[in-house]
Amino acid sequence: MSAYKNFTIETDADGIALVTWDMPDKSMNVFTVEVMDELDKIIDQVVADGAIKGAVITSGKSSFSGGADLSMIKASFDLLKDAQAADPATAVQKLFETTGRMTWLFRKLETSGKPWVSAINGTCMGGAFEMSLACHGRVASNAKSVKIALPEVKVGIFPGAGGTQRVPRLANAQDALQMMTTGSSLTGARAKAMNLVHQVVEPDQLIPAAKQMIKDGLKPVQPWDEKGFKAPGGGIWTPASAQLWPAAPAILRRETAGNYPGALAILKCVYEGLQVPFETGLRIEQRYFTHILQTTEAFSMIRSLFISMQELGKGARRPAGIPKAEFRKVAVVGAGFMGASIAYVTAAAGIPVVLIDRDQEAADKGKTHSEGLVTGAIGKGRMSREDGERLLSLITPTPDYAALADADLVIEAVFEDRTVKKEVTEKIEAVLREDAIFASNTSTLPITGLARNSKRPDQFIGIHFFSPVEKMMLVEVILGKETGDKALATALDYVAAIKKTPIVVNDTRGFYVNRCVFRYMAEAYDMLIEGVPAAMIENAAKMAGMPVGPLSLNDEVAVDLSYKVFKAAIADLGEKAVDPRHMELVTTLVDGEGRLGRKAGKGFYDYPPKPAKKKLWPGLKDLYPQQKPEDVDIQVLKQRLLVTIALEAARTMEEGIVTDPREADVGSILGFGFAPYTGGTLSYIDGMGAKAFVALCEKLAARYGSHFQPTPLLKDMAAKGETFYGRFAPEAKKAA
Amino acid sequence: MTDVFIYDHVRTPRGRGKKDGSLHEVPSVRLAAKVLEAVRDRNGLDTEKVDDIIMGCVDPVMDAGAVIPKAAAFEAGYSTKAPGMQISRFCASGLDAVNFGAAKIAQGADDLVVAGGVESMSRVGLGMSGGAWFMDPSVNFPAYFMPQGVSADLIATKYGFSRDDVDAYAVESQKRAAHAWQNGYFNNSVVPVKDINGLVILDRDEHMRPGTDMQALAQLQPSFQMPGEMGGFEAVAIQAHPEIEGINYVHHAGNSSGIVDGAAAVLLGSKEGGAILGRKARGRIKAFANIGSDPALMLTGPVDVTEKLLARTGMQLSDIDLFELNEAFAAVVLRYMQAFDIPHDRINVNGGAIAMGHPLGATGAMILGTVLDELERRDLNTALVTLCIGAGMGTATIIERV
Repeated sequence: MSAYKNFTIETDADGIALVTWDMPDKSMNVFTVEVMDELDKIIDQVVADGAIKGAVITSGKSSFSGGADLSMIKASFDLLKDAQAADPATAVQKLFETTGRMTWLFRKLETSGKPWVSAINGTCMGGAFEMSLACHGRVASNAKSVKIALPEVKVGIFPGAGGTQRVPRLANAQDALQMMTTGSSLTGARAKAMNLVHQVVEPDQLIPAAKQMIKDGLKPVQPWDEKGFKAPGGGIWTPASAQLWPAAPAILRRETAGNYPGALAILKCVYEGLQVPFETGLRIEQRYFTHILQTTEAFSMIRSLFISMQELGKGARRPAGIPKAEFRKVAVVGAGFMGASIAYVTAAAGIPVVLIDRDQEAADKGKTHSEGLVTGAIGKGRMSREDGERLLSLITPTPDYAALADADLVIEAVFEDRTVKKEVTEKIEAVLREDAIFASNTSTLPITGLARNSKRPDQFIGIHFFSPVEKMMLVEVILGKETGDKALATALDYVAAIKKTPIVVNDTRGFYVNRCVFRYMAEAYDMLIEGVPAAMIENAAKMAGMPVGPLSLNDEVAVDLSYKVFKAAIADLGEKAVDPRHMELVTTLVDGEGRLGRKAGKGFYDYPPKPAKKKLWPGLKDLYPQQKPEDVDIQVLKQRLLVTIALEAARTMEEGIVTDPREADVGSILGFGFAPYTGGTLSYIDGMGAKAFVALCEKLAARYGSHFQPTPLLKDMAAKGETFYGRFAPEAKKAA
Repeated sequence: MTDVFIYDHVRTPRGRGKKDGSLHEVPSVRLAAKVLEAVRDRNGLDTEKVDDIIMGCVDPVMDAGAVIPKAAAFEAGYSTKAPGMQISRFCASGLDAVNFGAAKIAQGADDLVVAGGVESMSRVGLGMSGGAWFMDPSVNFPAYFMPQGVSADLIATKYGFSRDDVDAYAVESQKRAAHAWQNGYFNNSVVPVKDINGLVILDRDEHMRPGTDMQALAQLQPSFQMPGEMGGFEAVAIQAHPEIEGINYVHHAGNSSGIVDGAAAVLLGSKEGGAILGRKARGRIKAFANIGSDPALMLTGPVDVTEKLLARTGMQLSDIDLFELNEAFAAVVLRYMQAFDIPHDRINVNGGAIAMGHPLGATGAMILGTVLDELERRDLNTALVTLCIGAGMGTATIIERV
């Protein structure tokens, strides 16, 4: 009988203890306080038991471990808050002690005097890999499922349980920094090449190989605890380091614009840590980790990019009591670029798809898109030939609507025209099963209006994909006025099946994501019209943390699309719907200059043939009198671009379009890359506080236009000292 | 305050800062000793009366380490009563050594100071003393650290200097330096470096390429595009100066200062010091200043420090007859001329470091001497000497004849 809840221990005839980590009621092992307590006792037990020569630690699950339970880190935020309330003087000291728990537990393991080997049987992330690094031997299975990473930086923190000290004492510093500042995954082979694991073996050889290391006399002393140890490359003061260190912060700045304190802390920990003895390095890391945990970035990123994303992915918004939808067949109608891509991601999830268009040729062309993607993936070694063939065999292109008769879900992706959509809807419903769900992939037309074409509006819903569908993780699920719970549940089950993250929004022009994106581009138009140098606009956006500048983004989505959208808005809502100066700017580009965007080789940028880089069109300077760069405050430009988007997000909450702050946040990051370090649009507001945000809006409104006026909701929140997460508490809703 | 006079100055010729450079065989300390000997022997200096020897040295490590002026004083046979200290403000160290010495004299602490600098770049190498500025992420990041050449290219981009502009400046620097050498303008101040037998090792600046023309320079590839693009530094430049879309890489070995070996010494003193020496002063240190400037542009400190110095002294640009600005990179001088609308015939009139080289710690003292010689030759009165400095600083000194 095991004395532990999360581990079993079996000692073999050779005196080698096999410690198997297998948490009950969890699909993946994670570090919790309880797990740490048990591991602590296991170390004591292994040390105390004279019959045990050494220990192999592995996992009883298909993966090794996902690392620290970030909910535990989130709990440390609460701990800090409570401690600060109780006694601000000792609060940080308490946090420091808490964050050191894992660090010194792993240190205890590696100095226990008995050899430990980590047998990495599957995905091994974060704290779990840090524990493995503390083991004296590391053996990884060569199974494809083995991914090794220290991905903490992606959620605003960094490897704080010895990772920043052990990795650069094993691998060369450049590889170590690359691995930790990007959080990228390594295969077992790559980890071995980097000197991070000792052996990569066949899965069935994993435990024997790990035990063999001990039998072969594995020394229970880490290299850095040996006398005369030198880090690979000789440490910091060497010619090679003189190449690396001056450039490392520059490259980080290029990649992050300095918006991620956690990433910079990695550099600091490695640089400072490699100049001192190992345990001093651990303490330095612990100090930085304690500091980073107190940043708004860490708090907001963990909440949005880990906890909320996971909750939404698990169907936080799914109505209860409806059986999980099975997808035996999905039909995609319209084999254009979007439809073809939707067919691909559906087939990639193992679901049979019929891809329908007006004739066989058009339908076949849609499947060609998938063939191209499969060929590319096989070429890059990301997909096996068999998997590729299986994927393609699931897509059936046809002009015959009868083929969708037995589909569980139909996704309409035809041209954005109400008449065309009406016709197609009727053709589909003429054959579609009574209980099937009808989804439209419209990006511009309100769902409620389209649902009027349907005989069963309660089974009609919007599933809005983003381009490129293969890469974009977000899907907007749009509820029409009459959309029922079954349609919502089915749509969410489908989004889960294709492994994307859904947000559920109510019906409005532009839904959520595009409303925000249009604000972003509109602010750039304003800046151009004010005579702000175009390069400053683009650079301000990137420095604010946006992945793509607004002018570049406009070129990607096409300038003539903006032109068409403006015209449609004027036709539907009247002249006042569009700022005439914006209309004039876009008209000049499209009608006057033929600058339609990237597809035309010219838009706000010129696109010379590769390898030359795109360059801003010099003619932009002549459109408006230019301000001097020194008269433009780059910080204000950054604020304007973020604030205008965040304000739009706040409006969608106020209008009830988006109802859950988690969805606004996650949607903004996955949908258009809204400055991830902020945690998303609403976390950006919450992070600075509604009061400060309202004051900032008022300041900007006075100078740059009434579109910056704070809304009544924001003013109310400012007056009451509320946050979006407090006022629209998602936890309460989840419980309900 | 006591007036501070310049009694004399000397420099070594500048040797190519590579293993095949003529001065590579000469240890750093011996280069320093050579100028200490020269300034003593030319002036009959009683070294027991030397209150201090202050020398700039940017990489005071290995054979330049451990307070090289004091070490050089032993080799030069100075009295053991003469103390020494080494200072660094990167490229302005030699001028800051002069200013430091001047400050001690002005305060009344010292009567006679030998100030100058030394750098054997061929023996020690660039950046060999390490440093948090570029190595430590906690400093590098907020300092917008970039290699200086990338900063120079940023200056060219921001202020609109083309490849032709910087190359034309470099051609002119070579022409002026060659003309000055041909006409013996440097003869009085350059002391040949001789071996232990009195045989000449080097008596001319050997980095010069007098025949250089635009066509020849056009063949050279930009030196800083690689670090700019691959090393991430272009992004640093853009984030510090977001109005630029990208860097226009224009600098190369032919329009940047040469890496060379050399040393210089300036003999400073109070009126009383002059009496001890029994020599007439050649010039006066009128004023000096230091400043920190935009760290990303890094090399525009001379503009800021000149403004500061003129404001402090109540002087006008028109009061300055000649300007001497270290030619670290062509764009540095072009920007200075652009900022103050200074015609080329009033600045670096005998060429500069693009032609003759920039022995880091020594250069400030060298160019102060060069322009004092030229004031005398032209019978003019006032000159401003300034250098751009790593990490974004500027040092400037105004001298006048007496």
